[in-house]
Amino acid sequence: MAQNMRSIWVFGDYRNYFQNRVTLQLLSRATDLAKKIGAEVCATVFGHEVDEWVGEYIAHGAARVYVCDNPGLKFYSTDIYVALMERIVRQYGPEIILVGATSFGREFTPRLAKRLKTGLTADCVGLDIDDAGLLVQTAPAFGGNLLTKIVTPEKRPQIATVRPGVFQEIPHNYQATGEIVNVPLPGDLPRDRVRLISSERQVSREQKLGEAPVVVCGGRGMGSKTRFKNLFELARVLGGEVGATRPVVYAKWADEDALVGQADRHISPKVLFSFGVSGAIQHTAGIKNAGFIIAVNKNPNAAMMKMADVAIVADAGQVCTTLIRELKKRIRT
Amino acid sequence: MLKMIVCMKQVPMVSDLPWDPVTGTLTRDAAEGMMNPACKHALEAALMLKELCGGHITAMTMGPPMAEEILREAIALGADRCLMVSDPKMAGADTLATSFTLARAIEIFCPDFDLILCGCHTSDSETAQVGPQLAEELDIPSIAAVEDLDLRGDALRIKRVSDNFLETLEMDLPGLVTVATGFFNPRYTSMAGLHDAFREPGILTVGARDLGLGEDAVGLQGSATRIVDIFSPVAKKENIVLKGAPKKIVEELLDRFDDTIGSLIRKDLKAVK
Repeated sequence: MAQNMRSIWVFGDYRNYFQNRVTLQLLSRATDLAKKIGAEVCATVFGHEVDEWVGEYIAHGAARVYVCDNPGLKFYSTDIYVALMERIVRQYGPEIILVGATSFGREFTPRLAKRLKTGLTADCVGLDIDDAGLLVQTAPAFGGNLLTKIVTPEKRPQIATVRPGVFQEIPHNYQATGEIVNVPLPGDLPRDRVRLISSERQVSREQKLGEAPVVVCGGRGMGSKTRFKNLFELARVLGGEVGATRPVVYAKWADEDALVGQADRHISPKVLFSFGVSGAIQHTAGIKNAGFIIAVNKNPNAAMMKMADVAIVADAGQVCTTLIRELKKRIRT
Repeated sequence: MLKMIVCMKQVPMVSDLPWDPVTGTLTRDAAEGMMNPACKHALEAALMLKELCGGHITAMTMGPPMAEEILREAIALGADRCLMVSDPKMAGADTLATSFTLARAIEIFCPDFDLILCGCHTSDSETAQVGPQLAEELDIPSIAAVEDLDLRGDALRIKRVSDNFLETLEMDLPGLVTVATGFFNPRYTSMAGLHDAFREPGILTVGARDLGLGEDAVGLQGSATRIVDIFSPVAKKENIVLKGAPKKIVEELLDRFDDTIGSLIRKDLKAVK
């Protein structure tokens, strides 16, 4: 009976496109982990009219999907989703549960783990299986300055939330088949103690450069004020802010409040696009907390290029305009 | 009058912390401490509610004796009462054990609260879990990362952004919120206020026995997770170099890193086929 087989569950978070991608990434990683412990990969989908997601998760590796489809689940609710998840976890006993570290995932999962009296590791950037068959969860601490490896030795299930973008999704396979387990909505779920008054999709919001998750930084290598202006368009497309080096501000290509540097503004974007920046220490000291760095410079030996994840040896202005064009082509809304 | 509890944590001021290689937990008493930045925002939100509709604020923390400093700071900022939960047995607690211990202390020492406020996450362990887990332990509702609070009768009206949705929510009280940074900007602590706060008599400090808890329920023993390794991820950058015509490079960049960049900018970058 398949029910007795060990299983790794992925919580189907599909509310918007971005959240759904994390679910697909986790299905991919769960498939690798499942091979190591001889388990099967399952997904859960709660909501209303969710067939589309059920099919997609099977195509991305779920051998079984637990589905609770009910108009009462139309909106994500921590109270209700935790109660529902608790029931099916207790019934089927998964070994591992993976949840995307989205806003909802980070609110829902702690309560779930507490309800099940088991361990939870937040915002993982790595998952593996050790020799004892335990899930080894790598999580950042101290602003990413340290990484910790955490296990849950005895309590089950082992639960982790995982940062988006850590794992690569596998291509979908619409020939894949999976079992669909329809879970009826229990009649005795608790009353929701939080009421949704309104919810609207956020298009964009004003953000401060220091806190912006995406920053496009330009230096003198952009060549001219006109070419520098393209960085604002790139930042708009990326949903980010523009930063500048001191020489650029002196040259009045950018305003003083865009200045990034040691004695000026420190930034800590998750992704930094750096165009025509040489990487003087006064500037790099202000970006040492940046996450993924993409640097563009004609000079491959520039300090900025050496500290980048991806160093692009080319004319910064040309790459900027090309990148804008290619992004516009690819980004669907 | 709104009876509020603000849960706060002392965090190390430095990032290069020593840790105990045997237990794999951080040796917190070896570093200078400060009030966790997000907790300051939570306290500010409580102070604002108190000014708006009247209230009473209990600041509480769990930690080593030196964490008392942040409670005194809270008094200087306007908290009415403090509660310190401290016991060597509580060391090494994960979020499960921490929220369990805090809940027991609240049940005994401030059972008639209306609202608990926590910072949305700490700057050291960054789990963002203790708030929601404390609410779960106390069986009260919770909302994470709130940006605006408004008391409406017996309920709290809340605004927050969750996964790119701007939400307005109403939560029954008693309840718990975690407060986002970027809103409720903390007021300054005056030197005179701090001076007075440190001259106040001793702060109520309770240990595991006062809470009726055995050794196995708190600290490392009461925790479900174990840290097996701590390491520094520095110099892990691959420094991939791309060369060639701009169009080719840009396509390669977006094809190779579509998941990495796409998830960071929250957009889908898969090439349109």
